[in-house]
Amino acid sequence: MAKVVLQREVARDFANGEAELEILADDVRQLINKLDLKFPGIGERLRDRTAVAIDGEIFQDPLLQPIHENSEVYFLPMIEGG
Amino acid sequence: MGKEEQFDTATQSVEASGYKVVGTRPIRPDGIEKVTGRANFGADCNLPGMLVGRIIRSPHAHARIVSINTDKALALAGVKAVVTSADFPEIGPKARGAGEAPVSFRDMSRNIMARDKALYDGHAVAAVAATTAAIADQAAALIEVEYEVLPHVLDAREAMKPDAPLLHDDLFTKGLDPKPETPSNVSQRFEFGIGDTAAGFAAADVIVEHDFTTQCVHQGYIETHACVANTTEDGMSTVWASSQGQFMVRNYSATVCGMDITKVRVMPAEIGGGFGGKTTVYLEPVAIMLSKKAGKPVKIVMNREDVFRATGPTSGGHAHAKIGAKKDGTITAGELTMEYEAGAFPGSPVQFGCMTGYAPYDIENVKAVGFDVVVNRPKVAAYRAPGAPVAAFAVESALDELAKKLGMDPIALREKNAATEGTQAAYGPKFQRIGYLETLQAAKNHPHYSAPLGPNQGRGVASGFWFNIGGESSAAMHVNEDGTVEVVTANPDIGGSRASMGIMAAEVLGIDVSQVKPLIADTASSAYSMLTGGSRVTFAVGKAVCEAADDVVVQLRERAAKVWDVDIEAVEWKDGAAINTKSDSGESLSLKAIANTAGKTGGPISGKANINATGAGPGFGTHICDIEVDPETGRSSVVRYTAIQDVGTAIHPSYVEGQLQGGAVQGIGWALNEEYIYDDKGCLQNGGFLDYRVPVASDLPMIDTVLVEVPNPGHRFGVRGVGEVPIIPPLAAVANAVAAAADVRMTDLPISPPKLLAAIDGAK
Repeated sequence: MAKVVLQREVARDFANGEAELEILADDVRQLINKLDLKFPGIGERLRDRTAVAIDGEIFQDPLLQPIHENSEVYFLPMIEGG
Repeated sequence: MGKEEQFDTATQSVEASGYKVVGTRPIRPDGIEKVTGRANFGADCNLPGMLVGRIIRSPHAHARIVSINTDKALALAGVKAVVTSADFPEIGPKARGAGEAPVSFRDMSRNIMARDKALYDGHAVAAVAATTAAIADQAAALIEVEYEVLPHVLDAREAMKPDAPLLHDDLFTKGLDPKPETPSNVSQRFEFGIGDTAAGFAAADVIVEHDFTTQCVHQGYIETHACVANTTEDGMSTVWASSQGQFMVRNYSATVCGMDITKVRVMPAEIGGGFGGKTTVYLEPVAIMLSKKAGKPVKIVMNREDVFRATGPTSGGHAHAKIGAKKDGTITAGELTMEYEAGAFPGSPVQFGCMTGYAPYDIENVKAVGFDVVVNRPKVAAYRAPGAPVAAFAVESALDELAKKLGMDPIALREKNAATEGTQAAYGPKFQRIGYLETLQAAKNHPHYSAPLGPNQGRGVASGFWFNIGGESSAAMHVNEDGTVEVVTANPDIGGSRASMGIMAAEVLGIDVSQVKPLIADTASSAYSMLTGGSRVTFAVGKAVCEAADDVVVQLRERAAKVWDVDIEAVEWKDGAAINTKSDSGESLSLKAIANTAGKTGGPISGKANINATGAGPGFGTHICDIEVDPETGRSSVVRYTAIQDVGTAIHPSYVEGQLQGGAVQGIGWALNEEYIYDDKGCLQNGGFLDYRVPVASDLPMIDTVLVEVPNPGHRFGVRGVGEVPIIPPLAAVANAVAAAADVRMTDLPISPPKLLAAIDGAK
């Protein structure tokens, strides 16, 4: 099971404050789909305005990036820059 | 360290790397055009029959627009069009744009042209196009706007008070539980953290706590915003504009104007500085609409006052930092609470301040809370490492105080707590290979750090972190019949990226960089590429260029294989030539020879790559600053400054050094000089470079640089983004040096002479 950590604001708005979860998923798309089944509405929020760090590497606009059984996945704000 | 030594630092690394072109310093491809004044910037475009556009701006910080009467202006001979918000489509709360991050097109549209309220001094309320500048000015004066002036608020903490003037009736704070039922000026509350800070502080032997304030500062690019739009009868608009991304201009302009993207073609002009401030649009949609109404091309050029009054500065705000540590220097907890001014619409970079403040450190317990607050100032735009400098000012100043309390060397304190590979960052994920510790070691071993100080002088150090990003990028590569190569990308060249693209292409192809011509394409001539920003171009577009070059190399090998009648597997590519491994004599064909006969072997040779680049490596920097304080006047002078940064691999070291120097200077200006000054009506009083004082060359010593090269494993040459980090440490490095020189802790930027003198006198 991958360790999945949501942004606190997202967890508060969609997941009853449950920010840290354990979920088995092959990739980001599957992970978001599973989260959306558990917390309806969270999928749209995570697909549209969120970056994902998988095992330390940040993906700005992820969908198909693989997630491994022991991965650590953090949903983060999309990173900007100047 | 002198320049010669800097050069050695980089070249030694390059020699060790085995690269032939990467790490060298060829003359930039656009250099001659720029130094001779021939390069075309935004204001240089002229078309037959072109009209002059002028924007009419609110003279009030906060006012309801009761009515706008354009009759007199339209009646003036020579006036061809007037637009107000009524000419733009009403946009709903649609979120996503083609930039780096989500944007609200509704807010963008209302920022470009005020709809029902003017929300800051300088907010555009109407625009006019006329045959001459004089007539346009006259017409602008004839547009009658009736305002109902409202109370205004400029400061984040003032705007958070329950009785503060409300900017938006429909703004309800997100991130609160329970959800608020009344609107406020607080757009959102953010929270990041790990561990338990209460437990961390309970375990601390020493705790340092300070409140910090910074002012809104502008990116200060030399070239003002400028564009020309030509909308023709078929509904097509061609836009010539200076920006950080032609595709960004196309998408934002089309959306704000209610047009299909395919109806807008954007031609990228050269750009005279951006630093994040040109990652959005102000003029282009207005010029498109004026041109549509007038049936002629329209040029709009901002003057400097327009730029200060109406384009994105970055947030000023407040920060409260609290750090606890053991006697041996081990940090047990860190907290940071910040309120950032977003300007008139939500979207300050406070969440990135929350994420970056403690990121350089391995701390078990961290909590960072941020509030995004709207105020009656221009909507903020990105500025190098958005949000990070203010957070670092607070944390790195508090760390300096902590080092003093512990009796530790400030670099030793940072080394003891430095994040390394595997450290869980304060914003969550664990770092991969990073080079923060290496920058601290380079700082400690640098002659600057042990050099003697003079009277009234003090030395400060500070560090900074930025994520860096990749993103969607494209590149095409065309082999010409004489063996030269054109590299086509779609990102404006702000910091020497043409040179970097050319170098990487030459390295992969194995040819001399002089044989490579980098070009920047318009939106109709290239696949999409995200804008130039976030220190992504050399990394991400560079990856696309390398892949396009790989594509070309495969084709070159195929052509050589045809000539030799062997399988492609028998052909190797080395030093710019195909080698027939089946030939005893070492038969080879150069790129030029293959190009010469391309017609006989299959036609033109060109490669391409369209990617979403991943693997961006985070950047860390450490700066050393020496300040001399005049105790009679309170004036602070920078007498020596060294910027040290893990840059991954420097593709063209001169431009990497330039990024470090430029960022440091902008940060020094933020620390010592720069601020927006408003009168009691909320109107800007210093909208020009005479009164808004950025540091100039005569103000500063040479900014020395040290390029620490810890290659990023996510790029074949080890590239990390370098443009964001160098603006982060200077605010605290300067303040820490002032504290050492004058024995006063300055927590309110800028550290202007009167402010410092008052602090010195107060401490006596």
